Amino acid sequence: MGDYIVLAISCILINNILLAQYLGNCPFLGTSKKMETAVGMAMAVVFVLVLAGVITWIVNTFILQRFGLEYLRTLSFILVIAALVQFVEMFLKKSIPALYAGLGIFLPLITTNCAVMGVCLINVNEEYTFLQALVTSFSYAVGFGLALILFAGVRERILLARVPKPLQDTSIALVTAGILSLTFFAFKGMV
Amino acid sequence: MIEAILVMFGIGAACGLTLSVASKVFYVYEDPRIAEVEWHMAGANCGGCGYAGCSAAAVAVVEGKAPPSACVITDTESAINIAAIMGVDPGSAEALISSNTCLGGNRADDKYHYMGVNSCQALDAFYGGKRVCSIGCLGLGDCIKACNFDAIAIGPNGYPVVDENKCVGCGACEKVCPKNILTVRTMSQRLLHFNEEDDALAPCRQTCPAEIDIPLYISQIKDGDYEGAVHTIRERNPLLLSCGRVCPHPCESYCRRSIEDEPVSINQLKRFVADLEMNSGKRLPIPCAPDTGKRIAVVGGGPAGLSCAYFLRRLGHEVTIYEAMPEMGGIIRYGIPEYRLPQKVLAWEIEGILNLGIEHHTNMRLGVDFDLDSLITKGFDAIFLGVGAWNDYNLKIEGEDLKGSFKGIDFLSRVASGEKVPIGRRAAVIGGGNSAIDCVRTLVRLGAKEVYIVYRRTRKEMPANEVEIVAAEHEGIKFHFLAAPVSVVGDDNGNVTHLEYLKMELGEPDASGRRRPVTIEGSETLMEIDMLITAIGQTPDVSFTQKERRLEDLEITRWKTIDNNPETLQSSIPYIFTGGDSATGPSLVVTAIGGGRRAAASIHQYLSGEPVEPPEKSLFQKHIKESIFDSVDGVKKTPRAEMPELEVKERIKSMDEVDLVLDEKDAIYESKRCLSCCRLCYNRDEIAQSN
Repeated sequence: MGDYIVLAISCILINNILLAQYLGNCPFLGTSKKMETAVGMAMAVVFVLVLAGVITWIVNTFILQRFGLEYLRTLSFILVIAALVQFVEMFLKKSIPALYAGLGIFLPLITTNCAVMGVCLINVNEEYTFLQALVTSFSYAVGFGLALILFAGVRERILLARVPKPLQDTSIALVTAGILSLTFFAFKGMV
Repeated sequence: MIEAILVMFGIGAACGLTLSVASKVFYVYEDPRIAEVEWHMAGANCGGCGYAGCSAAAVAVVEGKAPPSACVITDTESAINIAAIMGVDPGSAEALISSNTCLGGNRADDKYHYMGVNSCQALDAFYGGKRVCSIGCLGLGDCIKACNFDAIAIGPNGYPVVDENKCVGCGACEKVCPKNILTVRTMSQRLLHFNEEDDALAPCRQTCPAEIDIPLYISQIKDGDYEGAVHTIRERNPLLLSCGRVCPHPCESYCRRSIEDEPVSINQLKRFVADLEMNSGKRLPIPCAPDTGKRIAVVGGGPAGLSCAYFLRRLGHEVTIYEAMPEMGGIIRYGIPEYRLPQKVLAWEIEGILNLGIEHHTNMRLGVDFDLDSLITKGFDAIFLGVGAWNDYNLKIEGEDLKGSFKGIDFLSRVASGEKVPIGRRAAVIGGGNSAIDCVRTLVRLGAKEVYIVYRRTRKEMPANEVEIVAAEHEGIKFHFLAAPVSVVGDDNGNVTHLEYLKMELGEPDASGRRRPVTIEGSETLMEIDMLITAIGQTPDVSFTQKERRLEDLEITRWKTIDNNPETLQSSIPYIFTGGDSATGPSLVVTAIGGGRRAAASIHQYLSGEPVEPPEKSLFQKHIKESIFDSVDGVKKTPRAEMPELEVKERIKSMDEVDLVLDEKDAIYESKRCLSCCRLCYNRDEIAQSN
């Protein structure tokens, strides 16, 4: 049990997918202008990442490794994740319309997200067990959400600040992301 | 290798199969219009419309939550296409344009030195800003930062200037502006806007019953943009030629300049641009929103009916006017004499309104020639009743119906219809209002030798316009104040010979603040006359309500006006609206015009299925307290441009128009006297210098 908690903490804080691994930067900048959007996006990522982590682990273990086709990982993962997201979208629309109303618009945006892809590949490279893969996927997603929401909060404040012209908008956002990332480096060596 | 291909093929097939099964199993009916609408959108997922991505926007459009023009990137054409898919009122496909209330100019004094963040919203959070005046532009440019299209820049005076060619009407600037300086509206929305508590409104504009943007049109005149001034007035008042002549301009009494100096001659400036358009020989085009297919019947072709019809037509509705008299115009055609408002001028003005595509039928009196049932059968969706107030009050004294005795409005309308009314040598007019003055001035022109006004209070209490009283005095009218008629005396043939009246003195003030006249016992006096006109006020003629069952629920007040909500002008029957004198009792032309627009806005709400109600922060018949000053520093007295008028000797010989129009030089001089309140934050010291 202890191991899983350590694993979760390391995924959320130490190896934060956004701020330590620099994956998923497009939605990080794109959906962080408003707190509301950021929260929606964070929820959607948790949802999709857990599903994608599980299903790619299954595909990798039972199909690719069995036939010795590890080199097809990237290709097949893209295919599987895309189909999965589409499937989930249809499922939600029919069965849980309330959840669809909340997450629906963000789902297609995640289809080809590198954070999702990255987590799936990390799971496989680290040769995690199924349960470990489940925990890491969930934790990375939570880490993504945490960073995104923190960042959205900061950006809402930046709107009110006196920013020099050449640094306005995306430039200052990247500088902020850098500083935010530095603070996360403080967790290094904790585990 | 073959293994790899087979596995990839297998995964692909499995995915494809699952998805196709899923699409069957999890099929949810989706409005096919959503896909069609989305096709017409830009597909950039930019979020400029306020929805998360184009599909979300398409859903919002189909659900009616967003207008067909929601997409901020595509052009008007795609908005029209989307409107066509939706089959909705493409009226909302009108172009949205951002416009700026602030004119620029000198700054108001600072309240304190501000060193906070560079944002209007932040500055606004500190006691509403750093200026003494709390309504103006803060000038830190949040709107510029918000604009994704580079359409706004800070102009030379430190105020935002909108580039209309680049503006797409996305509304981002309006959202960030904490001071309502930038407003993004379509023409229809501008026509439907009523004064609100937090608008930047000059005192004159708050006072005008038609809510004309007075400082804007004066500044347009100052800049030589006469067409722009006409358009500005027409957004609130379609009868600018008539109002420019007969309006008693309540706005001028609230002119901030009048606190220290004579007020700006606002109405003369209106008349100047209106006359300029008429004399130019070509009419300025008046844009109308696309047709909505809704039909409204307007009963009464007076100022209220014309105004209501005009605004409904501009909002895209189909309007038909029914007028009881042989000519359109109502009381301003029949009650206002030729020398104040020439019929030729009025006819030109009304023609311009009808040219918008408004159908009209004259000689059609409600309750006589047609009834409400017939209107409903014809398929009208709403009805406006602007029947005016044409029933003269009786004096209720003996001998009132002798030969040579007339009623005010009846007399004026008979003269205006071209009837030869027998005119006496010594005529008395009873009453102190504008109709009474109209009667005496008409009598002088028609050949009466001695004309008297008999009024039971004093000159100070006369409700008539000051200028009219002065003109009557110049024309040799004799005033008998503090005189209460007791009876009319006639000879054996039934002709009027004398008016008997009691002398009065002023007592305690009554409810209206005027001192109540009290009779002096035994002071009966006889006055020799051969003609008498009583012009002591009118009431609406609502006899038509007695004639059909459908109108039984129409509530009538004890003043015989149609009961209504004064802000929405909706009557007790939801699809019937009213306005003008039949709603308020006898009042100003400009009030009727404002009421016509108010009723048009309510009818528009009613036809769009919205609740009929005034805006939340409505500023109806109220003033913004802080905008009414006790003193204005730095105003150097400059006399107002004098209105040219016909010589008294000349004018009493004919019905020719008495008041003449300002010439261009005087108009520009007069427009420069305007302090541009609420268009620029002025520094009081600098006004002194610029004068």
